[in-house]
Amino acid sequence: MSFLELKKVTKIYPNGTKAVQTTSLNIEKGEFMVFVGPSGCGKSTLLRMVAGLEDITTGDIELDKKIINKIDPSERDVAMVFQNYALYPHMNVYNNLAYGLKNRGLAKDVIEKKVNAAAKLLQISDYLERRPALLSGGQRQRVAMGRAIVRSPKIFLFDEPLSNLDAKLRIQMRLEIKKLQRKVGVTSIFVTHDQVEAMTLADRLAVINNGIIEQLGTPIEIYNNPTSVFVAGFIGSPQMNFIEGELKNNKFKTQAFEITGIKSDFDGKVILGVRPEHLVQANNGLIKFNVDLVEKLGSDNLVYGEIKDKKDLLCYRTPGNEKINSGSKLALNIQENKLYIFNKKTGKRII
Amino acid sequence: MTRLFTSSFSHLILFIGIFIMIVPVWLIFASSTHSSLSINTQGLQVYLGDRFVENYIRVLLYKGGFFKEITALKMFFNSFIMATGVAILSVVTSLMAAYALVYYRIKYATLLFWIIFITILVPLELRIFPTYSVMAKLNLVNSYFGLIVPISASAVATLFFRQFYKTVPDELLESAKLDGANTWRFFIDFLVPLSKTMIVAMLIFMFVFGYNQYLWPLLVTSQEQYWTVVMGLKMMSGSIVHRFAFVMMSMIPPILIIVILQRHFIKGVFQDK
Repeated sequence: MSFLELKKVTKIYPNGTKAVQTTSLNIEKGEFMVFVGPSGCGKSTLLRMVAGLEDITTGDIELDKKIINKIDPSERDVAMVFQNYALYPHMNVYNNLAYGLKNRGLAKDVIEKKVNAAAKLLQISDYLERRPALLSGGQRQRVAMGRAIVRSPKIFLFDEPLSNLDAKLRIQMRLEIKKLQRKVGVTSIFVTHDQVEAMTLADRLAVINNGIIEQLGTPIEIYNNPTSVFVAGFIGSPQMNFIEGELKNNKFKTQAFEITGIKSDFDGKVILGVRPEHLVQANNGLIKFNVDLVEKLGSDNLVYGEIKDKKDLLCYRTPGNEKINSGSKLALNIQENKLYIFNKKTGKRII
Repeated sequence: MTRLFTSSFSHLILFIGIFIMIVPVWLIFASSTHSSLSINTQGLQVYLGDRFVENYIRVLLYKGGFFKEITALKMFFNSFIMATGVAILSVVTSLMAAYALVYYRIKYATLLFWIIFITILVPLELRIFPTYSVMAKLNLVNSYFGLIVPISASAVATLFFRQFYKTVPDELLESAKLDGANTWRFFIDFLVPLSKTMIVAMLIFMFVFGYNQYLWPLLVTSQEQYWTVVMGLKMMSGSIVHRFAFVMMSMIPPILIIVILQRHFIKGVFQDK
């Protein structure tokens, strides 16, 4: 029983660009779904198709058991928060919130009640008389969300709404969006290119690349079990380390080191992936590592450098209290069961 | 020191300019308050005379023209109707034309726009006979409608509004759509209020444009009751002081419009957004 269902949806622009390739997806009622991917991967297009702002080339979109392909955006009962907020500059905050309700022909006192309730929820009651131009970035963001909430739509769509805010405010608003969504309980789709945002907000995550959903799952599932090189590299910060090599007779081999006992009979060129947080120092560690640069974050140190005898760059994460100087030599082991091996040709996970 | 010099120098130039522009107006105004006898014998007057009220009231109520059917007061009324009509009609049509050109999925919208735009190169004087014959066939000669409509399509205003609409972000339209605004509501609730200052500026331009029309009213009105001020200046009979008084009064409406709306006007022309 899914609430929003995309059935084999594609989007091909008139100039032949395939923005979204055959995509099927079910979203449950009340679920917070995040589309994440690099810019130009089609995630926004997919969202705008749900909103009705882009035509669907083939396939169906079903919302609440009704196919909405041909329904006008204004009739779909969806609300969207845009990247630049798209507040109505000539209306004050109250009217910004009330406009959608007025168009639905609600009575004045009902509108007032709803707007005031939404304003209270978002703590913008003090600014109701102000024009958007007089608000700060965070306040505008709230108004934009208020405009979505006040209509109590079937689904919220967020199109990178946090990318115009400064770093601190972004984290704060991220938390607020999550809390708000829980409180209101409306099904939401959130588009972002920021994997941290994606991980923290999502109930489920769709990693999109080149118009295809590469992997779908909860954030932790995707972090623990990426199915492709792309997903592995995209989710997690700092990025997963990739080392190219060869797999033969259950043995991974590079010039620098070998790993035996790999449970796969694949034969050929592969990529070894290991996350910075899954490396540990050991006296006679497998990977000999020359430290180039240490980023001290306080809680953690991010140690960057090169693998000895192999020019691959590597990042290694240690607790912040550990003292490592640049120029020192380390030996690292990979924690048990924390290595990933991908087929170099297809990018798919082998183990 | 140099700054003081340049600023006083530019002020000097401005004062000379003002002087050159004001003096003829003042001479006509001063002369219009004398008797025609003193003008005819002593030429233009620099100082005010004592017949201001008498001359001006006579001009307003004097029935002039060949058939003595029209007063200056009536001409002011006609001019006001015509100028207001031209201003409102041209602004409304340009707003809507620009809306269609920018927001509707019209094939060759840009080409169409340029075709509209090149009509600037075809002034009324060039198309005046065909326009007259159309008006005559429609039986609109000697009517306010005939005075107003043929000069109420403004390519310049269309250009202004079109360029402005192009700067309105698409998200605004999309957001309004999701808020349930249809095509008409988006126009009325968004584009019109957003272009308010520009609309005021265009209203002033087009009012003055309509008010200043000479050749077209002259051609399309054979009945004196439709005469307008600017053509009436030429057609009005009477003595020299009365003509002077009429000239003075004919300057008032455009000045008044600009004074009343100047705040919006300046905002509109120098709008930053």
